[in-house]
Amino acid sequence: MFHIIDRRKNPKGKSIGNRQRFMRRAKAQIKKAVEDTIKTRGITDIDNGDQITIPGKTLREPGFHHAGRGGDRNYVLPGNKKFVPGDRIARPQGGDGGAGGSQASPDGEGEDEFQFVLTRDEFLDIFFEDLELPDLLKKSLKQTTAFRTARAGYSVEGSPANLNLVRTMRNSLARRIGLRRPKSSEIRELEEKIAALTAENAGDIPQPQKQANEATLKLLQAELDEAKRRSKAIAFIDPIDTRYNQFRQIPDPNTQAVMFCLMDVSGSMSEQMKELAKRFFMLLHMFLHRRYEHVEVVFIRHTSRASEVDEQTFFYSRETGGTIVSTALEEMKRILAERYPVDQWNIYAAQASDGDNYSNDGAKCTALLAEDLLPKCQYYAYIEITDEREAEIFSTAEGETALWKAYAPLAQSQNGRFALKRVKKAADIFPVFRELFAKNKAEARI
Amino acid sequence: MTARKTKSGLLFDGADWDFDSLKATYDAIEDIALNEMGLDVYPNQIEVITSEQMLDAYSSIGMPLMYHHWSFGKRFVRDDAMYRKGYQGLAYEIVINSNPCISYVMEENTIGMQALVMAHAAFGHNHFFKNNYLFKQWTDAEGILDYLQFAKRYIAKCEDRFGFDAVERILDAAHALMDHGVNRYSHPEKPNLAVELERERERAKYEDETYNDLWRTLPQHDDDPEDLDDQKRRLRQEQRRAQFGLPEENLLYFLEKNAPGLQSWEREILRIVRNIGQYFYPQKQTKVMNEGCACYVHYHIMNRLYDKGLISEGAIMEFIDSHSKVVFQPEYDDPRYSGFNPYALGFAMMQDIHRICVEPTEEDHKWFPDIAGNNQPFATLREAWAHYRDESFILQFLSPKVMRDMRMFMINDQASAPYLQVGAIHDDNGYRNVRRALARMHDLSVREPDLQVVDVDLRGNRQLYIAHTQHDGIRLDKSEAELALGYIGQLWGYGVTLQAVDNDSGEILSEMHYTPEDLVPV
Repeated sequence: MFHIIDRRKNPKGKSIGNRQRFMRRAKAQIKKAVEDTIKTRGITDIDNGDQITIPGKTLREPGFHHAGRGGDRNYVLPGNKKFVPGDRIARPQGGDGGAGGSQASPDGEGEDEFQFVLTRDEFLDIFFEDLELPDLLKKSLKQTTAFRTARAGYSVEGSPANLNLVRTMRNSLARRIGLRRPKSSEIRELEEKIAALTAENAGDIPQPQKQANEATLKLLQAELDEAKRRSKAIAFIDPIDTRYNQFRQIPDPNTQAVMFCLMDVSGSMSEQMKELAKRFFMLLHMFLHRRYEHVEVVFIRHTSRASEVDEQTFFYSRETGGTIVSTALEEMKRILAERYPVDQWNIYAAQASDGDNYSNDGAKCTALLAEDLLPKCQYYAYIEITDEREAEIFSTAEGETALWKAYAPLAQSQNGRFALKRVKKAADIFPVFRELFAKNKAEARI
Repeated sequence: MTARKTKSGLLFDGADWDFDSLKATYDAIEDIALNEMGLDVYPNQIEVITSEQMLDAYSSIGMPLMYHHWSFGKRFVRDDAMYRKGYQGLAYEIVINSNPCISYVMEENTIGMQALVMAHAAFGHNHFFKNNYLFKQWTDAEGILDYLQFAKRYIAKCEDRFGFDAVERILDAAHALMDHGVNRYSHPEKPNLAVELERERERAKYEDETYNDLWRTLPQHDDDPEDLDDQKRRLRQEQRRAQFGLPEENLLYFLEKNAPGLQSWEREILRIVRNIGQYFYPQKQTKVMNEGCACYVHYHIMNRLYDKGLISEGAIMEFIDSHSKVVFQPEYDDPRYSGFNPYALGFAMMQDIHRICVEPTEEDHKWFPDIAGNNQPFATLREAWAHYRDESFILQFLSPKVMRDMRMFMINDQASAPYLQVGAIHDDNGYRNVRRALARMHDLSVREPDLQVVDVDLRGNRQLYIAHTQHDGIRLDKSEAELALGYIGQLWGYGVTLQAVDNDSGEILSEMHYTPEDLVPV
């Protein structure tokens, strides 16, 4: 006697609970490993799940084991080639391998590091932990007009197409049992009995038997009539049994966002600086992606003129010329008005620059931001990428670049909608990003 | 049952399997196993699973259901990473010592592979589980799945009530002591789900009923142990040890019953871990025999299938390829060497017993007079499978031929000597020494440290004394032991002293202390 059972359809992922407990246990190390990863790796690879390595120490499962060496012991090994009894062999140095291998404990110190793969979601969860988008949804957008349909339990009325058969039949069965509606098999049984008796009576049998049969027949006939009456009176499916799947319209909050990337591409921005800016933009893009189903990106680069370009051009083609920041802001304003109505889009902007600007342009920028752009944006981040040595040479007496000086007052007046930060090296990017989006900061603003 | 056959008379063609060919193959295997080899097995239940499910089963120590713990998650993420990168394949099967005997086979296997797996697990391991004396005495194949179900629910309930951290703390500690949560000399009663539940309820009820806050306020005892003379003190110690049933080798049992500070659910969790440890105890002692038995059985069955013309040349070639990978024994200087491969050693020994029964040589008659040439290889092997464990099996049945074939030699490693010495090799003078040493290497009581609870200082600071009896100067791994001692201390709640006692002289060689943070050191 044996069975073959196909378990392939059984739910997999029985280990998810264990995996989660493991992640919880190693959280601090995993977090550190994730942060190290993004310091050293290109932002573009980060979005995928990643192999990370954490020290095995905190994940040790200790127990009482014998030490790998010391004491007197005999062990047997296979594969003798040239030894005869009495041969002396130099003790293998270092490590527990070699001849002593058979005694080394399996969970010993060899397991210094522990490597495993995080899924993309786990990675991003840890990566963006404690970060929150400021003003996630526009207040004005909360009365949105988009709806989607979702299941919402069962109802007693509805269109036949939505009839829920299982529920309906369950109710019907319960009602039929409750009201003792005779089953068709019972009726059939009665009919068969009657037929049998009638046939018997038609034959040649003694009179008393015949009379007894007549009496039984009468009873059976009455029973059958009653059963038939009941089965007619009690419906198989009654309108009170029917249940319908119910659907409800659920308002769908606006989940599309546009992200403006503005960057100074004039000669003063070196390749490394652009690389840093790129990392910041990528981070922001990933972050937005986690919050919004649909994220569009607009790239605007500028020298003394600004234009909207594709990603490749934005990051990799060189331009020469002066630097007039306001042109980019003008361009953004134009695109906003043209393509991204404020009531349909969540608008984010990030501007990267080395801080240079045409000397008379600062006021214009401030005005554009304060009056036209910031009221429409959810968040506007300005990061200034500085080379430490250069910063000393070019900055003004107060240690601030032209653009920084112009923007600094905005940060105060704009109630947290505008933020500015300095970045010097790749390792700064993530801390700065965290600082900009840290949860408590978002709360403080509310 | 009549086996379904393809036109050529083969059970299957090609590599793909379906449920019909699986069944036909099973029937053909069953015929050989029961009628030719005389195996006695639990009813079989063969479950087809995917590789993901196999990974899941891997991480929860091969059991179909198990409570949750991070260490299983750790195993899972590691195996997952290794598997995905192709560093490590998955086992073709997992088999569970239960009634019915559950064997998992992977859907990726070819039909030839499924045949091998069924012969190996559903008959080889199954027969061993059902007949070996250790399994008969120590495990309850009927009840294990019920018990695991209970354990899983119970621990999940504790997590709900007391939080992940509290449960994790207890489980961590219990896992560290799992190897020392086994009664080595008296085997346990068979657990029964209803009884377990009832016992758990009673324990909680008793505590509720007898709880009296007054006990907490009682003053400490007054007589100072310093005042007692030696004899009185010794008498006290004797009484104490009798009261606690000391010495006690089952650390988890001792803590479950006697640790003063534990809640009843914490004791229950210790008991669960202890019971599961107990269940696996026979498997640890019979690795060579269990795998050897399964390999011998599948090897014989597959060859018989081929002899009977039921499987093709291609299938038998595929079988030989995977079989020889499984029973491959790298030599000691091979980078792949990591100790004896239990599959290889067990298979070689059992094949050799078969040979001794059927075609004995002069030497075999001298070494194994009672089985040489008896022409009953299956009966002889069934006898061996039923009544031995690895250590005694090697001591009894390792033949000179196997030692020669595997070119075994014995190294004598003395810490005092600056070199290793070859103590014996596979020659007339060495056979017995090599065999004895190899048997000792497979003796669990030698492999695992000998720890016992020896005393409790009831009248003083409740210090717990644990003795590690040290054989041949082999010490504990210090850093591991310190951590594990911490776990004992955490469960005990007071100070713990671990003494290393020399087996020969009885003298205390070293001491290790655990002091809870809120107590002053002794």
